[in-house]
Amino acid sequence: MSGHSTYQPQNKFLQWLEKRLPIGGLIHSSFVVYPVPRNLNYWWTFGGILAFMLASQMITGIILAMHYTPNVHLAFDSVESIMRDVNYGWLLRYLHATGASMFFLAVYIHMFRGIYYGSYKEPREVLWILGVIIYLLMMATGFMGYVLVWGQMSFWAATVITNLFSAIPGVGDAIVTWLWGGFAVGNPTLNRFYSLHYLLPFVIAGVVVLHVWALHVAGQNNPAGIEPKSAKDVVPFTPHATAKDAFGLAVFLIVFAWFVFYIPNYLIHPDNYIPANPAVTPSEIVPEWYYLPFYAILRSIPNKLLGVIALFSAILILAFLPWLDTSRVRSARYRPLFKQFFWLWVIAAIGLGWLGSKPPEGIYVILARLLTFYYFAFFLIILPLLGIFEKTKPLPNSISESVLDAHKGSDAKKHSDKIGAKA
Amino acid sequence: MKRQSAFAAALVLATASLTVSVPASAADQVIPPELHWSFAGPFGRYDQGQLQRGFKIYREVCSACHSMNLLSFRNLADPGGPGFSEAQVKQIASEYKIKDTDDQGNEIERVGRPADHFPAPFPNEKAAKAANGGVAPPDMSTLAKARGYTRGFPWFVFDIFTQYHEEGPDYIAAILKGFRDPPPKGFKLPPGGHYNVYFPGHNIAMPPPLADGQVKYDDGSPETLQQYSHDVAAFLMWASEPHLNQRKRIGFQVMIYLIVLSGLLYFTKKKVWHEVEAPREAAAGQDPSKTTI
Repeated sequence: MSGHSTYQPQNKFLQWLEKRLPIGGLIHSSFVVYPVPRNLNYWWTFGGILAFMLASQMITGIILAMHYTPNVHLAFDSVESIMRDVNYGWLLRYLHATGASMFFLAVYIHMFRGIYYGSYKEPREVLWILGVIIYLLMMATGFMGYVLVWGQMSFWAATVITNLFSAIPGVGDAIVTWLWGGFAVGNPTLNRFYSLHYLLPFVIAGVVVLHVWALHVAGQNNPAGIEPKSAKDVVPFTPHATAKDAFGLAVFLIVFAWFVFYIPNYLIHPDNYIPANPAVTPSEIVPEWYYLPFYAILRSIPNKLLGVIALFSAILILAFLPWLDTSRVRSARYRPLFKQFFWLWVIAAIGLGWLGSKPPEGIYVILARLLTFYYFAFFLIILPLLGIFEKTKPLPNSISESVLDAHKGSDAKKHSDKIGAKA
Repeated sequence: MKRQSAFAAALVLATASLTVSVPASAADQVIPPELHWSFAGPFGRYDQGQLQRGFKIYREVCSACHSMNLLSFRNLADPGGPGFSEAQVKQIASEYKIKDTDDQGNEIERVGRPADHFPAPFPNEKAAKAANGGVAPPDMSTLAKARGYTRGFPWFVFDIFTQYHEEGPDYIAAILKGFRDPPPKGFKLPPGGHYNVYFPGHNIAMPPPLADGQVKYDDGSPETLQQYSHDVAAFLMWASEPHLNQRKRIGFQVMIYLIVLSGLLYFTKKKVWHEVEAPREAAAGQDPSKTTI
């Protein structure tokens, strides 16, 4: 599906370069003539938004690193000095802290979209798995970045999360000591988290390159879930997708700016403005919102080892989605039952997020168990069976036909032929 | 159940040093009233007069026990703050004694300068604990952002749109007005504790710090506990978030920019996609060659 390059630079230097390194042609074929299904909706703009967020996090992060000090005695105060004394330091820090949440918001929308429209199905399995790897790396990076602030919540989140590994039979405690670089979360822990927090975004960027590469080999999925069959079904990336992505990004930035400038501490726990103190446990230890569903799954299982296994399975199960979903129809548009189970699953995931912020007692535990059961049943029972039993709606013959589905009319058909002939 | 076993190691470490001022449970928290703040909302700004009054309370009352380590005297003249002049800041700084060493390495006390940090009332945390019944008074530099209360569903959803972001100052003002002596019937107050309506668990180590008429105001504002608690909470908000005025001013400019940009991009997109949309328009009964962009 990658557009064959018709790139012929006029500029003498670019001609010279193209013979030696065809980078202009690569960019031209990937982001200019690259054919995009014409029926993509705004949920498809989140890929571009995520690329922007990664770049934004890296730029603000690199500047913050110039002013930050990874030492248990200095870390909290160095963050505060960024907020107070560095020129526009408050802006950099709020952009970075809120940016992490916005990055996750965008990635969750991107993932929900992928599941709804069956974007993980053949031939996009590798593309999907690369996405799951990016998501895992994002979770690790986000967690370690949160620890760097070295507030109370940073310290206790680090203690709780690293302690999860102590559930591994036999070697658990040794692994935790190795992770900490000592017998408790301390300076060596902070130092290595800082080092890894700086490294992992570049690893993410590398996997993103693979993700985009795989995308450009398989081509984009689309709301109809059928492959483009003719030139009528696609439009060139530039200007069509570029213009649509730019508009989507600008609207997303309004939401981002709203949080940064008006409610920058909305997503920051007040306890994280108290310097880390190993001698005082906060009354409640809650992770950042984007980990809450998994935290609820962890706590809903009354055995530590099984809880940890459930937590990691809840994420890793996504990688097996292409094979757990046995239906040959991709898009939920043509899968009436899948559509209902999907939305129930979204509600379960959000519900688990809310329960993750509640104390693990009484009705909350029962609800968390029910939703955890549904979360896994969706993947392990419902999806494999739906492919066999679900009666799907008839698929349209082509993307252009699906576009016109809503307005069937005789001159529409005529006109679309005319357009197609022109293209 | 799960959580206990997961954090067992950590809890053992921590329980030994839990003090009375650590909230017993977030569950029995009384919601503080939402007050009107000049710095709330998209166009919010600090009230200079209020910050100056709040600073006076901090200086005459709070600073006897609470440090404010991250702030310097010079911050009092920073734009968006209490608005003292540089001469006033020099004067204020010179009224403090600062520990330093001279060129021979002898420990001395010298007159404060604007670049000095506010001196702490106690030399270290142990001294602060010993002088305050076993509980060190928290540092005030980030206090207004380090305190708050759980909003709960659905309020936390509405807060995104209403921009309610003043849990910290609301809580601090409520605490200052929330002391009750004697405590309500049936409440067992441990020795050294004070009953406070808004403190989680109601047993706070801090004695009531402010009372009507305690601090003299020279701008004619009422010298009441009500006024004091609002003024000092506003001052602490500024101490925690000194660039709030700048943040909201730039925020408005960014919003205008992004909204205009989005509008332009929307019409750009519409124009670019017009030809692609033509079959759909034709199907809807319009003539695509006659529709605008």
